[in-house]
Amino acid sequence: MLKQTEGSHAVAEGIALCRPEVICAYPITPQTHIVEGLGEMVKTGELANCEFVNVESEFAAMSVAIGASAAGARTYTATASQGLLFMAEAVYNASGLGLPIVMTIGNRAIGAPINIWNDHSDSMSMRDAGWIQLYAETNQEALDLHIQAFRLAEELSCPVMVCVDGFILTHAYDRVDVPSQEEVDRYLPPFQPRQVLDPSHPVSIGAMVGPEAFTEVRYLAHHKQLRALALIPQLSEQFRTQFGRASGGLLRTYRTEDADTIVVALGSVNGTIQDVVDEMRTEGNFIGSVSICSFRPFPLVALREAIKHAKRVVVLEKSFAVGLGGILSDGVRNSLSGVVLNGYTVIAGLGGRAITRTSLRQLFEDAARDELEQVTFLDLNADLVAHELAREAQARTTGPTAEALLRRLGIVASQIT
Amino acid sequence: MFQIRIHGRGGQGVVSGAEMMSVAAFIEGRHAQAFPSFGSERMGAPVMAFCRIDDKEIRLREPVLEPDALIIQDPTLLHQVDLFKGLRSTGYVLINSARGFDELGLNEFALGFRPSHLFTIAATELALKHVGRPVPNVPLLAGFAAITRQVALDSVLAAIREKFPAPIAEKNVAAAKEAFALATRPEISHA
Repeated sequence: MLKQTEGSHAVAEGIALCRPEVICAYPITPQTHIVEGLGEMVKTGELANCEFVNVESEFAAMSVAIGASAAGARTYTATASQGLLFMAEAVYNASGLGLPIVMTIGNRAIGAPINIWNDHSDSMSMRDAGWIQLYAETNQEALDLHIQAFRLAEELSCPVMVCVDGFILTHAYDRVDVPSQEEVDRYLPPFQPRQVLDPSHPVSIGAMVGPEAFTEVRYLAHHKQLRALALIPQLSEQFRTQFGRASGGLLRTYRTEDADTIVVALGSVNGTIQDVVDEMRTEGNFIGSVSICSFRPFPLVALREAIKHAKRVVVLEKSFAVGLGGILSDGVRNSLSGVVLNGYTVIAGLGGRAITRTSLRQLFEDAARDELEQVTFLDLNADLVAHELAREAQARTTGPTAEALLRRLGIVASQIT
Repeated sequence: MFQIRIHGRGGQGVVSGAEMMSVAAFIEGRHAQAFPSFGSERMGAPVMAFCRIDDKEIRLREPVLEPDALIIQDPTLLHQVDLFKGLRSTGYVLINSARGFDELGLNEFALGFRPSHLFTIAATELALKHVGRPVPNVPLLAGFAAITRQVALDSVLAAIREKFPAPIAEKNVAAAKEAFALATRPEISHA
């Protein structure tokens, strides 16, 4: 049914349609509306046969999820930012044990400085934790990916993170087609765990493994993700056939066939990028873009096929490897082994800085002339940086940086651009 | 595409106003996107929300930088924040005030715009009268519908009924109807 609704609410409805049996979560902005919505549905009975566990922290949330999933329950949680960091140890355990938990990340920056706004630093911090990571481009896709995520997780016995841009998607009212229970039931069969804690057939889960088999356990985790490379497109195709719309898959190309310049990005910024691509196409520029949905496993081959004919690739990322540059860029470059083209990393949208059409357009024009630095910070306030560096050069004791920058800007309340 | 920016303060229903506007457009079969610009939200802090309405899917995710319409829910923001930034010369401005543009000190500003596109409405008073709470978003939404014709009154009323439980919805519907009627009769325009 078509609805005009908030992204978080759409995700909550999608989760409920997946018939989860245990939901455990601790509230953190911008994830809160999702779990509040689910809590309400459990309370009213709209979501039956489901236990909503209020926990005391994110660490407890993932720990309860691990226990519930190991006991054979379809299990869901959601978090963001510092919450994900706080649950980090258990995040690794969930994947190490091969438990098919699905978790939403309402993508948000990591402090300090404290910042509640959107970027991808949180989920990127867990990129090597052994979870599958899918990034949603729209609220429709956010809903759809969760349905696919349970199928994928349970098929592989591997946990899946669905990453949804905080505020930009979670708090946006959009048109969303919410499927019926029958439709979802046809796509997602009941959970049949590969391993289960059952008192009548006792097993232990979580053995200590020494050097004799640790590498093999890890290799098998990698093998699972390689299988996911084949399974993700299959599940997306089956979803398209059953639900009548394309969602998910490894990646999606946009006007790349004859493009000299190809922009690669994750998540909701792809919509704005596509608008700019259209604008520049009408003026005769050969530009296209690739939206990567599956970041883990990383679609090396599919991406290579999509971009190898181009003259240059611009990787636009809402995350940042301090001291190196891009995180997504690393994967993109891996996919291009042996292919010669110019590669540019652009760090954009950190801590909620708006990524505007005007800035993107200027950026892509500079890229098309190969006039970009290897690593560019979109809309960086160079004066502000220069002033602070000069101040620090003049004295040994200059005090905290963040406060100095805000004072310089005369900011009393946060602004959009 | 028609883009709206709503300015107000935390607690004035700025975000739900934008959401209801998007629901009203959706009811008419159009595509709409509403989203907030969150600060560290607290009562009284300046807050912005945005709405886009189009006949095709909206992919753009930037804040509304060049609005076709501005709704100002709190006139005390007028001389504190650059509310009019990016406003198109053909744009609409709807201000929550019992005073006209000249009394608000906006005479000079008004010269750059079409008089029929500028309007003030005493939305807080209307909300107090009908709903009993000083939340001006609903009367302003109805006023917006009247001056821009982007959405029909019936769609606004349907969006209100979707947002609020029945008894509160009907009070808001009454406020919306009166606001719409006021904004539809140009002879009492304050502009």
